[in-house]
Amino acid sequence: MPFSSVVDYQTVATLETFGFLPAMTQEEIYEQIAYVIAQGWTPCIEHVHPSASMRNYWSLWKLPFFGEAELGAIVAELEACHRAYPDHHVRLTGYDAYTQTQGTAFVVFEGRA
Amino acid sequence: MSKKYDAGVKEYRDTYWTPDYVPLDTDILACFKCTGQEGVPREEVAAAVAAESSTGTWSTVWSELLTDLEFYKGRAYRIEDVPTDPESFYAFVAYPLDLFEEGSITNVLTSLVGNVFGFKALRHLRLEDIRFPLAFIKTCMGPPNGIAVERDRMNKYGRPLLGCTIKPKLGLSGKNYGRVVYECLRGGLDFTKDDENINSQPFQRWQDRFDFVAEAVRTAEQETGERKGHYLNCTAATPEEMYARAEHAKALGMPIIMHDYITGGFTANTGLAKWCRRKGMLLHIHRAMHAVIDRHPKHGIHFRVLAKCLRLSGGDHLHTGTVVGKLEGDRQTTLGFIDQLRESYVPEDRTRGNFFDQDWASMPGVFAVASGGIHVWHMPALVTIFGDDSVLQFGGGTHGHPWGSAAGAAANRVALEACVKARNAGRELEKESRDILTEAAKSSPELAIALDTWKEIKFEFDTVDKLDL
Repeated sequence: MPFSSVVDYQTVATLETFGFLPAMTQEEIYEQIAYVIAQGWTPCIEHVHPSASMRNYWSLWKLPFFGEAELGAIVAELEACHRAYPDHHVRLTGYDAYTQTQGTAFVVFEGRA
Repeated sequence: MSKKYDAGVKEYRDTYWTPDYVPLDTDILACFKCTGQEGVPREEVAAAVAAESSTGTWSTVWSELLTDLEFYKGRAYRIEDVPTDPESFYAFVAYPLDLFEEGSITNVLTSLVGNVFGFKALRHLRLEDIRFPLAFIKTCMGPPNGIAVERDRMNKYGRPLLGCTIKPKLGLSGKNYGRVVYECLRGGLDFTKDDENINSQPFQRWQDRFDFVAEAVRTAEQETGERKGHYLNCTAATPEEMYARAEHAKALGMPIIMHDYITGGFTANTGLAKWCRRKGMLLHIHRAMHAVIDRHPKHGIHFRVLAKCLRLSGGDHLHTGTVVGKLEGDRQTTLGFIDQLRESYVPEDRTRGNFFDQDWASMPGVFAVASGGIHVWHMPALVTIFGDDSVLQFGGGTHGHPWGSAAGAAANRVALEACVKARNAGRELEKESRDILTEAAKSSPELAIALDTWKEIKFEFDTVDKLDL
């Protein structure tokens, strides 16, 4: 095999689910939030400085948004969290009370190290 | 007045065929597919199976009268036609709970699939399903951790987990082996796996492997910022040696170990599962030798039984086949037994091969592992069939990438996440698979070349063991 055609794979630091996809458009993020709501999960926002991203516990933004079914309300809270902590990673989790774990979790805004 | 002793041979059906019996909630129920010798009536065959798998023997014996066999005997209580097979029939047998030791899968199988399988009056016999009563289930510990705990510990949410077996299966030195682990994990996999054949051979002793692999896992975690693991195979010649290996994996700070539950045996497996619960270690379960037992449609034990037994004996992952890859497995049947691994209640559903309602109570769930001859093109089907609570493992489909294992891992991770994202957005994965994957490949040269490499590979053979519908 000619090695000129082999590409060197560079390790990337990623933030778990969706970490290998290009940054999502606003519309794509809305689709994912809508999925969380449609599953009956409780949306919740967490944030942390990138140096501490491997911790289990990121800081909670307010409280989990129990019973919130408005996409716009969740989007507004995500943006407010990002404005308050512009350097931090901000992720959305969906708490599944039935399985007692998170149905999903993905980073919406990446912070600056 | 007590019973009289009457020496001689009675027909089994006089004692063990009880069509009026209503099974108790505490009975262990079994469904056998029976193929009798010519001329033997169905009731006699069914009764013989019930007798030989419980209290009966071929002759009346005096010592029977010292106990109340009416209380202890197994009962054949129903016979049904097998829809596509006129020479066979289903026999349903009820066993009283007191025939079995609490928490011992070994004991249940020794009775239900013991001597009776060699019985001359039968040509073939297959155990299709067991209904475990709650009263028995609550005596078993089950999975050491379960799906929810593993997700929390590994920080993996909202998607299937991604793994691969290190190849070649045999022959690498410990250090070279650790290199391959590192490449896969830095490329984006969550787990790598020891091949089942890897124990502690002359070319690579276990401790050497464990030590190098631990460094590979730690380095990949530091560089990627994600949690990683490698299933360290602790299967060994003796339980003592198995525990020594498990202890070393724990001392190295590794999150998960591995066991082969059929070749290793249920006693070894249950013991190791309990150790894992005590030590906070995840347990991956391989199923070498299963196809010897479960593939023949008329003889042996169906895999759904082996899967139920594993959930009771204990394991956090179990291999289930892939439906789409190189190994045997029909889609509906597979869906039927992955329900048995993961759900808290599974209703009777013959279209999925489940013969009984099965209540699992609070028993933790087991991740279904799909592994064997799968590659990126299969991803949309795999995500659809297996859902999020699964581990998808691409061996050849990772290491066979033209740019190496790290690029192969990245290709799989991109494909997986693209499928999950599309599914969440309401797209139909299997119908739109080509579009979803080719769109994702636009931002991932690793995926683009993987799609090109495996575009023609399919495994389209007819399933040998089909559902009888």
